[in-house]
Amino acid sequence: MRGVDLYDHPPYARNLADGGSNQTVCRYMASLKKFFFIKARDFVHAGEASIHIQNLLKSMHLDPALIRRIAICSYEGEMNAVIHGGDGILNVNIESNRLTLEIIDEGPGIQDIQLAMQPGYSTAPEEAREMGFGAGMGLPNMKKNADDILIESEPGKRTRACMTFFLGLTKEVQ
Amino acid sequence: MKLSEVMLELDATTLNGEDKLNGEIARCGASDLMSDVLARPTDGTLLMTGLTTVQTVRTAKIAGVVAVVFVRGKRPAPEVIKVAQAEGMPLFSSPYSMFVCCGRLHARGLAGLDGRR
Ligand SMILES: Nc1ncnc2c1ncn2[C@@H]1O[C@H](COP(=O)(O)OP(=O)(O)O)[C@@H](O)[C@H]1O
Ligand SMILES: [Mg+2]
Repeated sequence: MRGVDLYDHPPYARNLADGGSNQTVCRYMASLKKFFFIKARDFVHAGEASIHIQNLLKSMHLDPALIRRIAICSYEGEMNAVIHGGDGILNVNIESNRLTLEIIDEGPGIQDIQLAMQPGYSTAPEEAREMGFGAGMGLPNMKKNADDILIESEPGKRTRACMTFFLGLTKEVQ
Repeated sequence: MKLSEVMLELDATTLNGEDKLNGEIARCGASDLMSDVLARPTDGTLLMTGLTTVQTVRTAKIAGVVAVVFVRGKRPAPEVIKVAQAEGMPLFSSPYSMFVCCGRLHARGLAGLDGRR
């Protein structure tokens, strides 16, 4: 148990029901990192990483509204990599007071990020539209739900979407 | 309204979630646009849609949708139902059109996503 006192108790540990078996785990957990591979155009598995993250956060008893915001951002980012990007990776990093999602793909990149962020702007192919995507609302939805968002891209090379969520705060969405 | 009552009203077949028919819903949304499902307050609601791909199930799960009704007698492929079983997402198939499904549930007192009728 050495080192435990060096860390603040994560805020979500305080929300746990008494006696829950997760309680000890969460209380002493300083940080947790996980990563998932994302395969371009693999619509059969697209979204699995985000559902995994959603289930993980539920098991930690985070605030349901916060989990929803994180899950939506993760899924929109994951789908963007699958639909528009190339193969990539989704990193999730949970610390005592914040969670970051990082989605990096080695796709064609985004020429004009300002334009891509505009609601309604989309270059989605027919294949994605047939599944109900391609309304050009993904990036604006990520911006709306994350506490902080950074989209970077090297056109022709890669795209990186990084989103931060402050675990102690509540953000009113709509 | 209980999911079991929704199913009776829509003459629907249960494709997954027999054990969840006691669940309650008060609000509904109807859309073939998953982007909309993700951008609107769909948590705790019933989703009516004509889209039967696996992404409908995953989108519903991510958004916190309680159950999905496929309209016009549509049925997803067995692989999609398997994913719904794994994720615990109830799926139903109604013979009625989107319009008629919505009308029937509205007449029974259910509200839209924002709670308005
Ligand atoms: N990972 C990515 N790689 C390349 N282009 C992207 C990526 N993510 C988004 N884009 C570009 O930004 C546009 C807007 O994205 P978004 O708002 O999610 O809408 P949609 O996915 O519905 O097209 C996309 O149509 C695409 O042109
Ligand atoms: Mg998108």
